Amino acid sequence: MIAALAFYVFAAVLVASAVMVVTSRNPVHSVLYLILAFFNAAALFLLAGAEFLAMILVIVYVGAVAVLFLFVVMMLDIDFSQLREGFQRYAPFGAVVGGILFLELLLVLGAWNFAPDAGDLRLAPVPEGVSNTEALGRLIYTDYIFLFQAAGLILLVAMIGAIVLTLRDKPAHSRRQDIGAQIARTSILSMQSPAPGQGITRESILRPLPPEPKEKPKPVAHDGHGHGGHH
Amino acid sequence: MLAVGLAHYLVVGAILFVLGVFGIFMNRKNVIVILMSVELILLSVNLNLVAFSAQLGDLAGQVFAMFILTVAAAEAAIGLAIVVIYFRNRGTIEVEDVSTLKG
Repeated sequence: MIAALAFYVFAAVLVASAVMVVTSRNPVHSVLYLILAFFNAAALFLLAGAEFLAMILVIVYVGAVAVLFLFVVMMLDIDFSQLREGFQRYAPFGAVVGGILFLELLLVLGAWNFAPDAGDLRLAPVPEGVSNTEALGRLIYTDYIFLFQAAGLILLVAMIGAIVLTLRDKPAHSRRQDIGAQIARTSILSMQSPAPGQGITRESILRPLPPEPKEKPKPVAHDGHGHGGHH
Repeated sequence: MLAVGLAHYLVVGAILFVLGVFGIFMNRKNVIVILMSVELILLSVNLNLVAFSAQLGDLAGQVFAMFILTVAAAEAAIGLAIVVIYFRNRGTIEVEDVSTLKG
């Protein structure tokens, strides 16, 4: 009884916050409502007995994805009122499409039934006396290990892709390895034989002076040691 | 087993899905809200998978929900990176201008 009541409360808040996500004027508010929606969806997962997914949803979604959204929304200086032109124009069309879609989904839901042998076709029946997290772990690391590795690969590709896309290369301030210059470098250093007991002084190392920079370097703060001839 | 019927979960999932589609139609220009609507759609899919998993007593549904969460996180990261560089190049995030890239 209490669980059913909690379900209705969480579902109502979830749907209301989802409405606010798509209709609120300020995208920052949209992101905050999205966070609320994720929390309520996590509560629904908990009610369904999927504790691990609920915690993943809170940690990964609220903690990472929603904060990423918030970060991007706040970082970009966008005139959001201008982006809302045509909101009224598209609303009836969207409502019609959404209504038709919802009716179709309800039709599917009304006409649908479990197959009589659905219970026998289960891929991974829930084991008895084991917590949800442990059961999922046993499953992921055995039967679904390759899919798990593929998920890790997807995350790696996404991470590298995001870095590559947004990395702004500043050639003036980054010193890369210039392989051509490095190979073409001639070795003019020569050996000296200093007198025993005297050691070598700085002047006894024959070393070519660094070539003069061709153009006048821009007056940067840390300019003095940045333009040596040895790359 | 579920505390309420499976149909309740499915109706909530359907409403979330329709709201996501509706949000894509409503915010045609704001690509950030479109990405959030896609997140809502994927969340509704996850809700359905978890509800069926709990109803049938089959853990495979939750495993798949976890993989969908993974892919959704990657998609959000890549999408937001594209938004950032698009804004850097053009100074706006209006989706309708994207077709200027057509050859």
